[in-house]
Amino acid sequence: MRAHPGLAAEATGELLELRPSGSWVSLNVTELENLTRSASGKVGNAKAVKLDLGAVSEIDTVGVWLLEKLSRSAAAGGRLVEMTGVAENYVGLVEEVRQVNRRDIAPPPRQNPIVAKLTDLGRSTLGAARDVTVFLDMLAALSLALVRTLARPRSLRVTSLVYQMYRIGWQAIPIVVLITFLIGAIIAQQGIFHFRRFGAESYVVDMVGILVLRELGVLIVAIMVAGRSGSAYTAELGSMKMREEIDALVTMGLDPVEVLILPRIVALILTLPILAFIGSMAALYGGGLVAQLYGGMGPAIFIARLHDAVSVTHFEVGMWKAPFMALVIGIVACSEGLRVKGSAESLGQQTTTSVVKSIFLVIVLDGLFAVFFASIGL
Amino acid sequence: MEHLQETSAIRVTNLVVGFGRQIVLNELSLNVRRGEILGLVGASGGGKSVLMRTIIGLIPRRSGSIEVMGVPLGGAAERATQNAATRWGILFQQGALFSSLTVKQNVQFPLRENLQMSQTLMDEIAIAKLEMVGLRAEDGDKFPAELSGGMTKRAALARALALDPAIVFLDEPTSGLDPISAGDFDALIKTLQQTLGLTVFMVTHDLASLNSVCDRVAALADGKIVAIGPMSDLLRSEHPWVKAYFHGKRSQMLQPKVS
Repeated sequence: MRAHPGLAAEATGELLELRPSGSWVSLNVTELENLTRSASGKVGNAKAVKLDLGAVSEIDTVGVWLLEKLSRSAAAGGRLVEMTGVAENYVGLVEEVRQVNRRDIAPPPRQNPIVAKLTDLGRSTLGAARDVTVFLDMLAALSLALVRTLARPRSLRVTSLVYQMYRIGWQAIPIVVLITFLIGAIIAQQGIFHFRRFGAESYVVDMVGILVLRELGVLIVAIMVAGRSGSAYTAELGSMKMREEIDALVTMGLDPVEVLILPRIVALILTLPILAFIGSMAALYGGGLVAQLYGGMGPAIFIARLHDAVSVTHFEVGMWKAPFMALVIGIVACSEGLRVKGSAESLGQQTTTSVVKSIFLVIVLDGLFAVFFASIGL
Repeated sequence: MEHLQETSAIRVTNLVVGFGRQIVLNELSLNVRRGEILGLVGASGGGKSVLMRTIIGLIPRRSGSIEVMGVPLGGAAERATQNAATRWGILFQQGALFSSLTVKQNVQFPLRENLQMSQTLMDEIAIAKLEMVGLRAEDGDKFPAELSGGMTKRAALARALALDPAIVFLDEPTSGLDPISAGDFDALIKTLQQTLGLTVFMVTHDLASLNSVCDRVAALADGKIVAIGPMSDLLRSEHPWVKAYFHGKRSQMLQPKVS
C-alpha cells in the first residue's frame, strides 16, 4: 500500500533539482535520513536548489522536517531555495514546520571536572548533615505531638493506633515466628556440630539462650520490621505527599505529625517489643527442637540448662532495646516518606533509602547498647 | 476527497461493556468520520471514559466489534491493536507523562520505541512537536513535576502527536484549565487538526469547547448514543437527558444561538 520513498537529484548547470517521491512518513525514517544525507552532499556546487514535492504520495512531520532541514542547510550556504508542488492538504503542515526549530538553544555551560567533583563532594557532605537535622526535626516534632497528646489524651487517635498495631504487629507474627524459629534452629545445629568436638554440646543451650535473648531475637525482628513495615510507612506517606493529602491536612489546621505519624510510631514502639518477645520464644523453641532431634538432648534437660544459663538480665537487656529500635525505624521511615517529591522514581528511591538507613541505624544502635550495657555491668 | 470524508476512522458496532453485573455500555454503535472532531458528552460515571478506554483496548468488551481505520481490533495486548496504536495518540486526563523522564524524553519515547532514527533527528523532531503545541524548546528539559497544569496538557499532547497519528483521543482536555488556557487549548486542537489532518475523538464536559471546536457531538446516556450530530442538532434534540444537559442553567449561554 505504501510507496517506497525516493529522492531524485538532477543538476542542470547551477540549478539542482530535488524530487522526493513516494511515502515520506516516519515509518520509513531510516531510509529518509539516508536519502536526505546523500542529497545534502550533492548540494555543494549548485547555486540554486529547487524542491519539487509533486511526486510525494504522503508526508508527515518527520518527512517535512527532513526536507525543511535540507533546504535550510542549502539556504545557509547563500543558495536560492524554492519549494514547490506541495499538495493542498499538506500546505498547513509545511507552513507549520517552517516555523519550528528556528531558535538556537544555548548549550548547557560546561563545567570544570574537578569543580564538578568538589561540588558533588560538598553536596553529599551537606546531604549527610541534612539527614541528621531531618532526623532530629522529626524527633522534636514527634515529642511535641506526644506532649500535646498527653496533655489532651482524648486527641490520641485510638482507631488509627489499633489499626496500625494490627497491621504491623498481628499480621507480622507468622513470618516473624517462622524466621526466628529457623534462625534459632540453625544456631543450635551449628553449635552442636562444632561443640561436639570438645564434648561441650551442653553449652549450646547457653549460647542459644544468651545470643537469642540478648542480641539476635530483637535484632532480627527489628530488621524484619524495618523491611516490612518501615518501607510501607515510607511508601504510604510518600504517596500521600504526592497526592497533596498531607497539604490538605495542614490546611485543615491539623498537624500531620500528630494525625499520621504519631499513631504509626507509637504503634511500632508498642508492638516491636511484643514481636521481639514472640520471636525470641520461637527461636528458643527452634533451638530446643534441634537440640532434641540432632543433639539428643531432651526438653526437660534443655529447659533446666536454660534456667541455669540465662538470667532475667539477659532477657531485660534484649527487651530494653526493642522500643528504641522501633523509634529509630519509625522516625526514619516517616521522615523519608515526607521527603518524597513528585515523581514515581523518587518514591522508590526514598523507600529504598528508608529501609537501608533504618537497618543501618538499628545495627549501630545495637552496638551502642552493647557498649552501654557492658559499661554498667549488665 | 469526497469518498475519504465518507469513510469512517472509528466504527463501533453493538458494543457491550460491563463490570460484574453492571452493564455500562449496552449495544452501543458509533461512527467517527475521518478528519472530524467528535465531542462525546455524557453524565459523570456514565461510561464516556469507558467507551474511550474500550476503543483503545484498555477495557475488555463483552461483545460487539470495533474497527479503527478499517482494521478490526482485539484487546490492548493483541497485535492488531498494537499496530493500530502507532496510528493513534492518546491524551489522558492527568497527562500521564512518565515522571522519571524529561518532557523531551517523554515525546521521544514513542519515536525511540517504534522507529530507528538518529538522536539528532529525534531531538529536532521532539522540539518541533513541542513548538507545535506551543511550548518552548527549553521546556523540553524540565521534568513533568515542574510543569503547570496547562503545560502538562500541552506536553502530553506533544507526546500523543509524536508518531503523527491519524486519530487523537482526548480525555477531558480542558478540565482543570482556566477559561483562557482552555480556549487557547481548543484553538490549538483545531489548528493541529487542520494542519495534520487529524481525526479527533474528544471526551469533554466543556460546553464552550463543544460549541467552538467540535464538528459533531455525540451524547451518551443509558449506555447508548442517544443523539449525534452538529451542535445545533443536539440543541434541538428532544431526548430528556440531552435536553437537561444543554438547556440546564449552566448552558444558558448557548441559548441565543438556537431559537
